[in-house]
Amino acid sequence: MAEAKEPNPEFTRKVVEAGGKTVNLCFQCGTCTGSCPSGRQTAFRVRKVVRRAQLGFEEDVLPSEDLWLCTTCYTCYERCPRGVEIVDIIMALRNMAVRKGYMAEPHRKVAELISKTGHLVSLRDEDKALRKKLGLQETPPTVFADSSALEQVKKIGALCGFDKLIASGGK
Amino acid sequence: MAKYAFFLGCIMPLRYPGIESSTREVMKSLGVELVDMQGASCCPAPGVMRSFDQTYWLAVAARNLAIAEKMGTDVLTICNGCFDTLFEVAYKLNHDPELRKKINKTLRDAAGMEYNGTVNVRHFVELLYRDVGTEAIKARVKSGKNLRAAVHYGCHFLKPSNIKKIDDAERPHVFDDIVEAAGMTSVAYKDKGMCCGAGGGVRARTPDVALKMTKENLTNMTAAGVDVIVDCCPFCHLQYDSGQVQLKEFKIPVLHLSQLLGMAFGLDKEKLGLEVHQTKVAL
Repeated sequence: MAEAKEPNPEFTRKVVEAGGKTVNLCFQCGTCTGSCPSGRQTAFRVRKVVRRAQLGFEEDVLPSEDLWLCTTCYTCYERCPRGVEIVDIIMALRNMAVRKGYMAEPHRKVAELISKTGHLVSLRDEDKALRKKLGLQETPPTVFADSSALEQVKKIGALCGFDKLIASGGK
Repeated sequence: MAKYAFFLGCIMPLRYPGIESSTREVMKSLGVELVDMQGASCCPAPGVMRSFDQTYWLAVAARNLAIAEKMGTDVLTICNGCFDTLFEVAYKLNHDPELRKKINKTLRDAAGMEYNGTVNVRHFVELLYRDVGTEAIKARVKSGKNLRAAVHYGCHFLKPSNIKKIDDAERPHVFDDIVEAAGMTSVAYKDKGMCCGAGGGVRARTPDVALKMTKENLTNMTAAGVDVIVDCCPFCHLQYDSGQVQLKEFKIPVLHLSQLLGMAFGLDKEKLGLEVHQTKVAL
């Protein structure tokens, strides 16, 4: 017979500290899973993610692909009869997961683009041409048009350790 | 004339600049003045950035808020993602002096700026409903066009509703009312409040999963017999516009509300920037 896993309250405490402060309120009714648009298409079950966080099953929850199938649509958060702030829990778990190296390359690339350019979409010549045609400023009046403003954003990335995090892939 | 700091974000100015030109024109005609936020950046995006590092997410958003604060105006956005980040970060920083102190230290060291917690973040649909009003919109309509519209609220315009307090998240009406004021018919369809599929980093990481959600929405919209999808978020807009090309079986034109209003107000069609839409718009 398989042995039951021991809960790990230490990990649960870390989830609470990282922003998942309502995790212990969950009584596993499954309203979240029943409301989840992503769960309709995949085997992702929000209720299970919350349960694993609640019991402190770090090794089950942090490496799991499920953690990244949430679109953060907030439907479960709105409907939860216990007021569990589920999206905040998912975000806390994701912050912890990337620090363990569970960082998908497409996400790492998006993060890198923001830290280098201040935007998550590039400015191409064709974008400039269309902007001009529409009577808009060719280069948007953002960090794209102001290198000292971009330096400020880059410095925030350096001070927060964000640059290192994405350069190392969290490992 | 009411005046707002116009937050551009990323997808609108760079991939759908027609949404930007439409917004500028439509707001001007409704008496809302938009002022550019010099040196603003990505909000940063709630999907990947908040998932990676909430401190970085807070600090970069706080910098954007500090720019508006210095201008002495509230912020206006036409994107649900930008709205989510800026609204939530403003909410946290406006209500939590300890957190503000911590974030301000980073902001001072990196940018010589600080955020004092005085900015309100507005979504243009909510601004149109509450401040401009449907009667003022009706008064501007010139086209006489009556399209059957699938209104897509997206997720982060209304939710989390406990802090946004705009409308009932299960049965909202503010967006539909504006679309109807523009002369259109807002059509009921199955699972109308469902996510487009793109959010939370799902589109970037597992595009096939995102597309399955998009397909379900498109199937429900098609069953209701609609002429157009109307969104209030460039990311939902991108997902529906490019998603239909990938799925091949749908051809419903996608308009951002600012483009729909531009059309209804009789704006020069060139200003709507519809030629970059991947799903052809012939309305």
